[in-house]
Amino acid sequence: MITILGIPIQAFLGQLLVGLINGSFYAMLSLGLAVIFGLLRVINFAHGAQYMLGAFVGYLLLVQLGVGYWPALLLAPIIVGISGIVVERLALARLYDVDPLYGLLFTFGLALVLEGIFRYYFGVSGNPYPVPPLLAGGTNLGFMFLPNYRGWVVIASLIFCLGTWLVIEKTKLGSYLRAATENRSLVQAFGVNVPLLLTLTYGLGSALAGLAGILAAPVYQVSPLMGSNLIIVVFAVVVVGGMGSILGAIVTGYLLGVAEGLTKVFYPEASNIVVFVIMAIVLLIRPAGLFGKEA
Amino acid sequence: MSDAAPLLELRDVHAWYGESHALHGVTLEVHAGETVTLLGRNGVGKTTTLRAIMGLIRKRTGRIAFEGKDLMRLPLHRTAHAGIGFVPEERGIFASLTVDENLALPPVVASGGMSVEEIFGLFPNLKERRKSPGGKLSGGEQQMLAIARMLRTGARTLLLDEPTEGLAPVIVQRIGELLGTLKSRGMTILLVEQNFRFASRIADRFYLMEHGRVIADFPVGELESRMAQLHDVLGV
Repeated sequence: MITILGIPIQAFLGQLLVGLINGSFYAMLSLGLAVIFGLLRVINFAHGAQYMLGAFVGYLLLVQLGVGYWPALLLAPIIVGISGIVVERLALARLYDVDPLYGLLFTFGLALVLEGIFRYYFGVSGNPYPVPPLLAGGTNLGFMFLPNYRGWVVIASLIFCLGTWLVIEKTKLGSYLRAATENRSLVQAFGVNVPLLLTLTYGLGSALAGLAGILAAPVYQVSPLMGSNLIIVVFAVVVVGGMGSILGAIVTGYLLGVAEGLTKVFYPEASNIVVFVIMAIVLLIRPAGLFGKEA
Repeated sequence: MSDAAPLLELRDVHAWYGESHALHGVTLEVHAGETVTLLGRNGVGKTTTLRAIMGLIRKRTGRIAFEGKDLMRLPLHRTAHAGIGFVPEERGIFASLTVDENLALPPVVASGGMSVEEIFGLFPNLKERRKSPGGKLSGGEQQMLAIARMLRTGARTLLLDEPTEGLAPVIVQRIGELLGTLKSRGMTILLVEQNFRFASRIADRFYLMEHGRVIADFPVGELESRMAQLHDVLGV
């Protein structure tokens, strides 16, 4: 049997894949957080709840209306994005001029309320979401067995992350977003409707969380607490990548997912804390994060 | 000065940064095609006056009108659309945007703006650096870019905040020539400047500010006879 450092290669690759899957969700979620924080200066504690909401929208579409995975992949992010737009217009937009702590507290409270509502109606045990038939089964790669859906998750998240990054770096709308991240009031003084830009950005960030949620539904159980389990690690990813850095969030998301997966192979006891150990080390050496600019 | 209604008019404008009262009743006017310079020491309210006109300071009273239209009622992002281009202090170049992106950023507010090709004709050194991020440009290049990006918008009135600050004499010279060119094309310019020798080459009139007020108003021809007052107020 082939081994790497005394570990069977199947176990190694298996955990590498698990790491990549988790990393895919870390990347998509931290990307949305970074975009929102960069422009709105709001630390969006509701991000985990919006991810959960995306999964539940997909689940309810299926069990209530019989709408399957592929339409849900489009509908869930749209619905979560619209709910984000409503939240921004009704509440967050009124908090920009006060201490940033209020935005943080508001989104934290919103997350608790959303989780509470879903707990009340669905309990804390997970609800299964079937893998879509097109992606059922797996592929034998010779050295390991790859469930098709998990392969899809990795590819899809790469596409969505890369797509979002391209929109931000290469389009006119993205240049507004980057410029407003640097100096919001000057961009507005030039005649750009910055309040609208903020609303759309929060909607986009929420939609990305919803998209991650529906992608995650067949991998994990659809549960009210699925977001809060994940969001703490995602915050660590954002800090390691550098607050507000788009590319940093994406790359760090995958890297930390893989680091976590590989720790499970070599030293399983540490796998739950490895992300935070890395965060502590990065903060000591580069306080602005791996991709952040020194203030 | 003509008898026609002024293009830009400020009447008894007060403005505050939080609790700090920065403008104490500024009254001034700028007519179409004029180049007017606000002189004064640091902290007398020159920059604040420009920021109040643009709406970047929201806590303000009095009247600010452009082409007879009340600017006080407009949200910040509508002021520029009245036809005003803003070149802020320290240039306000977006470091993470390329020269091309910085140029394209401000929305077009009126027809008749320059094309990107015309702008590069006027600023050949910017053309060579189109793909460079704004943060990598020299101070002089940034200042050129800050002016250039307003020419694309079609705004016929420019507010410039100390465009020569911290720049080498040869660059100051070039900016002077450039502003002269814009003036000869009929643009209206409101310039904040500490360097009145530079301003005297292009300005038609001066307002002298002290303690958040305008204390004198005179045409360029009176500059020599006002030297004693200027030295006193500006401390140069």
